[in-house]
Amino acid sequence: MKILYAGAITFLHRGGFWWSVTLAGLTPLLWLLWRAASGGLGVDPVNTINNVTGRAALITLFLSLSCTPLSAIFGFRRALTVRKSLGLMAFLYASLHLLNFVGLDYGLNLKLIVQDALLNKPYILAGGLAFLLLLPLAITSTRGWMKRLGKRWKQLHRLVYVVGVLAVLHFFWQAKVAERWEPMAYAVLLALLLLVRIPQIRRKLSVRSPKAVNMAARADRTLQQFE
Amino acid sequence: MIKILPSEITPEHVYLNRRKFMAAAGAAVGSLALAACSTAPLTGRGATIVEDKPSAATVRRAQNLPPALAHTEPTAGADRDELGDPLNKFEEITNYNNFYEFSTNKEAVAVEAAKFNPYPWQVKVTGLVNNPFVIDIDDIYKRYTQEERIYRLRCVEAWSMVIPWVGFPLASLLKDADPKSAAKYVKFVTVYRPEEMRGQRMNILEWPYQEGLRIDEAMHPLTILATGMYGKPLTNQQGAPIRLVVPWKYGFKSIKSIVTIELTEEMPATTWSTAAPHEYGFYANVNPTVDHPRWSQASERRIGEFGRRPTLMFNGYAEEVAHLYKGMDLRRSY
Repeated sequence: MKILYAGAITFLHRGGFWWSVTLAGLTPLLWLLWRAASGGLGVDPVNTINNVTGRAALITLFLSLSCTPLSAIFGFRRALTVRKSLGLMAFLYASLHLLNFVGLDYGLNLKLIVQDALLNKPYILAGGLAFLLLLPLAITSTRGWMKRLGKRWKQLHRLVYVVGVLAVLHFFWQAKVAERWEPMAYAVLLALLLLVRIPQIRRKLSVRSPKAVNMAARADRTLQQFE
Repeated sequence: MIKILPSEITPEHVYLNRRKFMAAAGAAVGSLALAACSTAPLTGRGATIVEDKPSAATVRRAQNLPPALAHTEPTAGADRDELGDPLNKFEEITNYNNFYEFSTNKEAVAVEAAKFNPYPWQVKVTGLVNNPFVIDIDDIYKRYTQEERIYRLRCVEAWSMVIPWVGFPLASLLKDADPKSAAKYVKFVTVYRPEEMRGQRMNILEWPYQEGLRIDEAMHPLTILATGMYGKPLTNQQGAPIRLVVPWKYGFKSIKSIVTIELTEEMPATTWSTAAPHEYGFYANVNPTVDHPRWSQASERRIGEFGRRPTLMFNGYAEEVAHLYKGMDLRRSY
């Protein structure tokens, strides 16, 4: 009871920025639910859910990946307060995306899913792998796991870069020639997000003094400990 | 080019007698143009609509109107295909279209296509034929008996529908053109109107869209030119006013809004096999054992259902068409 109460209090104490970003991140889900309730998921609901959840997962994942550079390079430290929330939303959308595929699209036909899709089609494999790697990150996103894992937490969570690459490949490999521009755009964004993490590039880009960068890094560590 | 008049090939008294017969038989009377006014429902697979009042078409052409009144209820002669599966709804069929000339978003095509005004429309039949001609869409309605055909449509993207087309065998039109013996293939070309078709202003595919069939495929009785659906004229998003329907091939073979039909000796280049040759071949027969490089073709999702159903060889028309591909390696000729 006490824990629940404390949890609710921390939740409510989040700032306006956290609430805005979190609610904005949930709009695709709310939109889907609203459309489902009003019977308007379109001619092919499976396809609608697939498209919305897939893009929402990618976008929230990328937003989550942009938090650290926003803070370290542009000094927008508040970005770090929404990093976890955005990452968890990416996991939520990825889960819905997978559930839609397994349940509504393939009707839980495991034989078809494994033989025709998973073993046969690289894009399914890439997507499945991305989800598998995202799963431990979601599980260990709590403060308790952060403490327990210590330094290894950060190492483990670097897997998110691999998840990003796999997710973009998943998108690219299923796209038609005429529609490749969209996964390509995501690929460019991801490349930027990964490039700015290379220390040499980050230092060059930084709009603040090296001292401030150091401070931000320290703030980042502190935040991680208390989150 | 000779412009064929309906009376030139079918003697008029035969034509008129056929009309009388149809009326007597109680089949739906009233042209496609007048389907609107017709109170008699179509009477099943093979039900016939014949032109009753040619003057209406002339009036309509003068006013640049599509060949039906908008308020009519879409009707079909039956509610299932021969395998017992229900027809897809009119709204489903007309709101989920792959027609890149308008949009690459299947659910946006209907909206984009609303601005398209196909009429007046002519189809040119040319190439290796003894009797090349240009025929007006109104004359097509009159000249070729329009009948209902309930076909499954299997998209290469692994979804499918059951659609009650209205149309006529492509063979009838080709016979009128009298192909020369050198003619081995039939090439089809979609209209090119970038000012009305937004997609054609973009570099997503090579425009105009082109498709092709081997001549025996084109002459096959299952191959039709469709002019309507659910007893109504084709909507713009379905490829108004006239399109190909080849039910045993993936949907992209069934080219829309056709303006040119050309008989050739060489296998014609087709739009998708030019854009991605390793993914789309000339034949594009529905085949659950030959996968698309990116996804499996073993199963499909019927629009309106959840879960998957197994894809049938030649989309369930194997009995009728398998002989066309005897001795061919369908893995290589995909």
